[in-house]
Amino acid sequence: MMLEPVAAADWLVVAPVVIGIACGAVLLMFRHHLRWQAVFSIFGLCAMTAANAALFARVLAEGPISMTMGNWLPPFGITFAADALGSGFALVATFVAVACTIYSLCEIGAVGRRYGFYPFLMLMMAGINGAFLTGDIFNLYVWFEVFLIASFGLMILGSEKQQIDGATKYAILNLLATAFFLSATAYLYGVLGTLNMADIARKVDGLRPTAPMMTIASLYLLAFGMKAAAFPLYFWLPASYHTPRNVTGALFGGLLTKIGIYALLRTLVMMFPTERLELSGVIAVVAVATMILGALGALAQSDIRRMMGFLVISGVGVMLAGLALGDANGISGAIFYAVHSMLAMSALYLLAGTMKDFGGSYSLNHLAGLYRLSPALTALALVLFLAAAGLPPGSGLWPKIILTKASIDVGSPWLAGAILVSGLLTTIALGRVFALAFWRDSAGDGVHRKPTEHSVVPAYGSLIMLTVPIVVLGVHPEPFIRVADIAAAGLLDSGAYLRAVFPIAGGG
Amino acid sequence: MRTLIFRTAAPYLTALMLLLSIFVLLRGHNEPGGGFIGGLIAVSAFAIHGIAFGVHQVRRTMYFHPMAISGFGLLLAVLAGLVSLPAGAPLLTGLWVSPTVGGITLDLSTVLLFDIGVYLVVVGSITSIALALEGREEP
Repeated sequence: MMLEPVAAADWLVVAPVVIGIACGAVLLMFRHHLRWQAVFSIFGLCAMTAANAALFARVLAEGPISMTMGNWLPPFGITFAADALGSGFALVATFVAVACTIYSLCEIGAVGRRYGFYPFLMLMMAGINGAFLTGDIFNLYVWFEVFLIASFGLMILGSEKQQIDGATKYAILNLLATAFFLSATAYLYGVLGTLNMADIARKVDGLRPTAPMMTIASLYLLAFGMKAAAFPLYFWLPASYHTPRNVTGALFGGLLTKIGIYALLRTLVMMFPTERLELSGVIAVVAVATMILGALGALAQSDIRRMMGFLVISGVGVMLAGLALGDANGISGAIFYAVHSMLAMSALYLLAGTMKDFGGSYSLNHLAGLYRLSPALTALALVLFLAAAGLPPGSGLWPKIILTKASIDVGSPWLAGAILVSGLLTTIALGRVFALAFWRDSAGDGVHRKPTEHSVVPAYGSLIMLTVPIVVLGVHPEPFIRVADIAAAGLLDSGAYLRAVFPIAGGG
Repeated sequence: MRTLIFRTAAPYLTALMLLLSIFVLLRGHNEPGGGFIGGLIAVSAFAIHGIAFGVHQVRRTMYFHPMAISGFGLLLAVLAGLVSLPAGAPLLTGLWVSPTVGGITLDLSTVLLFDIGVYLVVVGSITSIALALEGREEP
């Protein structure tokens, strides 16, 4: 074949996935060396983070880069293509996974390790990175399956009755969503004869008068909306996310719904912009319902982990509002909010686990007096709550401002109002947690116990690791807003992405 | 199923089927066969062995834990993809060498290595399912 040799630097596109699968394979081989599993996982995830950081830096400097597997030419080979959006999300997701793995040191004991927590974790991260970096819609489906299967394993770790119950709902509804995704992809292939995302983006305009693009775009909205836990298909999330280990809840709540959002951005904004415009009214209604009902659900809960599940849903609504707006500011706000949500939601789940370690319960009826027990944890909790509610100095403030302003600019003040009301409801819900669990004096001191040093150090380490970027995003947002703008511009004008995949054709 | 006839025949069947599975694996590149179907045949061989002599016996015969075999297969597949890094080709490019050993030309390729990886993944994962169904895993 007369292709140019591939520079070693181009391997960065596949490096995160390769590292993830290779580490998962090695961990699977040495499943019974319990002590080394965690150390090796942290090492592997740090390598993945480094690869993602290098990739992201390169993408920002030179624009999107791509590699097509097996020396086949695109659109026939499976393409991996990294742009600012995909590689940025992959970087944040892997960073969050490092923090969660540090937390797992104090939560995943010998039994969890023997049942394969760490191999599942690495394979799930390989799947998540693959989903963010692939440039082929069928391959996206494959990576969805990879991380779904690994997540089933993580979810039932411990084999408690309520875990099996939650996992059944999670598995069935996610498989249903994946089936919709697959049918939509089959239709798309039947109509366009291609699965390469860049190829779809450039061919779809010519076929629009005859092809049923609206049906396909709506199916994608349904499938990924279900994955992202959007109204009215979000009920699987609160039914399942509070059952697994906290570190698993943190990984799921932080990362998995955001892959649904990413897939929505990639399909609807980059591939089907005309259809997204037609659907924007529906998406806006879904967004408002998701964020308000999510926040109301959070208010109604007394179990802090169930409350976190509803807060994840409420955040999904905010991101969908950006998708409904669909202009540069809206998309940029949605991307920034997704990054904030990955960090903040994972941190909240880890915080819930740490609160349980101190207070002995997940229930707001029993938790009390944590402020006296640990002022440091209280400070961390306050910052995280402010961030999740969208108040300074947390990272949630700026994306909400961007989205609110964008909604008013395009003349839909009700969308802006919904964002603000959901923020208010979230503030009340989290304020209630703070008032009851931290400020309230404990009645009796039967339940309280100081956790051992062994369990506190990893918990604080992981929480601080997530809180620092949250505060940095909150107090110095300009460079990050600029990067989000670049990522949004890359989606709205996919010319650079197309040129990266089809260098000779010049993007058609 | 522990009849005398079955127990006498089982070792021969197992050996023959393992041989057949490797044959199917190797002819797979240009003709029907390959790692996946070869792996399934090997799993049937282990399953027959397990029915005849018990799960414990199969675990001893396999020596490695089935999941470890699976992991090794996955690692082989990744390595098969990585061979193209020094060759300056994209991931998973099929690369061939044809050395002559004792007058016979052997066509070795990364494709074959990948297929062996698939074979081991299938053998490991399906065997561990089959053994778990035949008898509970001893801790």
